[in-house]
Amino acid sequence: MTSPKTASPNTAPAAKTRLKTSAMIASIAAEGQRTKPAPFGHALVELAKTRPEIVGMTADLGKYTDLHIFAKEFPDRYYQMGMAEQLLMGAAAGMAHEGMMPFATTYAVFASRRAYDFIHQTIAEENLNVKVVCALPGLTSGYGPSHQAAEDLALFRAMPNLTVIDPCDALEIEQAVPAMADHNGPVYMRLLRGHVPLVLDEYGYQFELGKAKMLRDAADVLVISSGIMTMRALEVAQALEADRVGVAVLHVPTIKPLDTETILRECSRTGRMVVVAENHSVIGGLGEAVAGVLLRSGVAPKFRHIGLPDEFLAAGALPTLHDRYGISTDAMSASIKGWL
Amino acid sequence: METNPIGHNVDLAERAYRVRRNALLMGEVQGQGYIGQALDIADVLAVAYFHAMRYRPEDPHWEERDRFLLSNGHYAIALYAALIEAGIVPEEELETYGSDGSRLPMSGMAAYTPGMEMSGGSLGLGLSIAVGMGLGLKRKGSSSRVYTLFSDGELDEGSVWEAIMSAAHWKLDNLIGIIDVNNQQADGPSTQVMAFEPLVDKLEAFGWFVQRIDGNDMDAVIAAFDAAKTHAEPKPRMIVCDTRMGCGVPFLEAREKNHFIRVDADEWQLALEALAAGRNA
Repeated sequence: MTSPKTASPNTAPAAKTRLKTSAMIASIAAEGQRTKPAPFGHALVELAKTRPEIVGMTADLGKYTDLHIFAKEFPDRYYQMGMAEQLLMGAAAGMAHEGMMPFATTYAVFASRRAYDFIHQTIAEENLNVKVVCALPGLTSGYGPSHQAAEDLALFRAMPNLTVIDPCDALEIEQAVPAMADHNGPVYMRLLRGHVPLVLDEYGYQFELGKAKMLRDAADVLVISSGIMTMRALEVAQALEADRVGVAVLHVPTIKPLDTETILRECSRTGRMVVVAENHSVIGGLGEAVAGVLLRSGVAPKFRHIGLPDEFLAAGALPTLHDRYGISTDAMSASIKGWL
Repeated sequence: METNPIGHNVDLAERAYRVRRNALLMGEVQGQGYIGQALDIADVLAVAYFHAMRYRPEDPHWEERDRFLLSNGHYAIALYAALIEAGIVPEEELETYGSDGSRLPMSGMAAYTPGMEMSGGSLGLGLSIAVGMGLGLKRKGSSSRVYTLFSDGELDEGSVWEAIMSAAHWKLDNLIGIIDVNNQQADGPSTQVMAFEPLVDKLEAFGWFVQRIDGNDMDAVIAAFDAAKTHAEPKPRMIVCDTRMGCGVPFLEAREKNHFIRVDADEWQLALEALAAGRNA
């Protein structure tokens, strides 16, 4: 911001700080929120100490996917493949053919939209042990549609053999890294990078691949969520306590395979409105996955869906955009109250 | 496998004949197939499998084998013909080609066929996989090589050039690319669909050791594979093979060129006879 002393006389001083477009390096954390730095990079370094087959590969986004932490610790196990996502995925497949376990990183938009066929044909079709880890999931960049991966879950859910994970916070990322390594097969994980919020430690949380977890129970509303929307849901639940609305939160970090048993059990409890909340397009993500499970099983609670609209999203400051598209804590609280 | 010094390639000519014959027999089973391509690449495959490469027919996953990636998956009929001749796929399976439940589907897929190292079909994938394999083999300290066959049409794919740039960047001297320049792709002559010449100059500028040969001249193919293996510079190696679709069956070679050469039902036997006549000539 320009300081008042040097401001042009023709420019009226701003009444208050204008929110700026968040750059790619911005953290998703709110001001004052507890965070941990680069949880993926540090967790991968820890794991790689005992798993010599792990290699790190990236397409010119090592620093922006926290893989630089790994690169610094294991320079001879780090492969910079240049800004070439198709090559990255094909080469990761080749590495897996030779017994390595590549963690291949880029942005979610580039993995899902640009390199989809390479992941489909060179990795998933052969069920190779490649972990695709991608930053900027859903609406976590204000840069515009080029960097907003609103459809990555829809695309990757549809890919056979692929496990899909949407972690909530730093703790979950730390726990998911060894869990995905223990799973012998291809995995796509959405990544939060930089200073990542720390939330789930207060819930005694432990990530288990393929398992949904009840983080809090209540009688009026059941929010089913993944990724950062679980963080939002927990804030909403606290906020709505003041209105004597009880909000339960079922966190579903593994989008595929979906924990249908837990989802059906929790949705079968009578009298609770079910709200699926996701940082993803309303098309093809967790909401439609849960709706399909319920319909096929004849479970029919009152059902509502919070997600990104089917449109190219705007550029701007993330808090502004999250409010506009209904995935901020305030917007989500208002939606739920309106539906009750 | 035993290797044959150059000048003693009678056996290799016979191998190439049998690869072509196997391919024609499979084409007859289905009444179709990419037979023009199979016939043009048979000499290259004969040299790869019976002169250049290290492998154990009874153990297709032998760790110390040379890898062979078929990027142009529609050439599967040609590779099956070679795999059968190499004893990796039993000859009896030839008659199942392209049928329900067969291990020999029309397009090459790794899960189906012993000796098929990748799933092709979507063109432009192979060289990227080869880069990863080359890097992986070096990590393991392996002396195995990665051979990758792809077609001139695949040069249209940007990903191929990503891999070409990357292989040189990583100095992958264990990677040997083979381009089949038969100048025929789906919509017509490759050079007209998308001009790719001067190919040798381009590849050399990208940092590769490049040889361009007549891919249907057995001596030239042998010499090129030998040079690719022994070249001293730490560069990836490319063998650009100009080939003739239908080579070995004169009436198919003379037929109007198409991506998919038409062969009438009664012509498969005629083709086998013409091929045999050439063998005895």
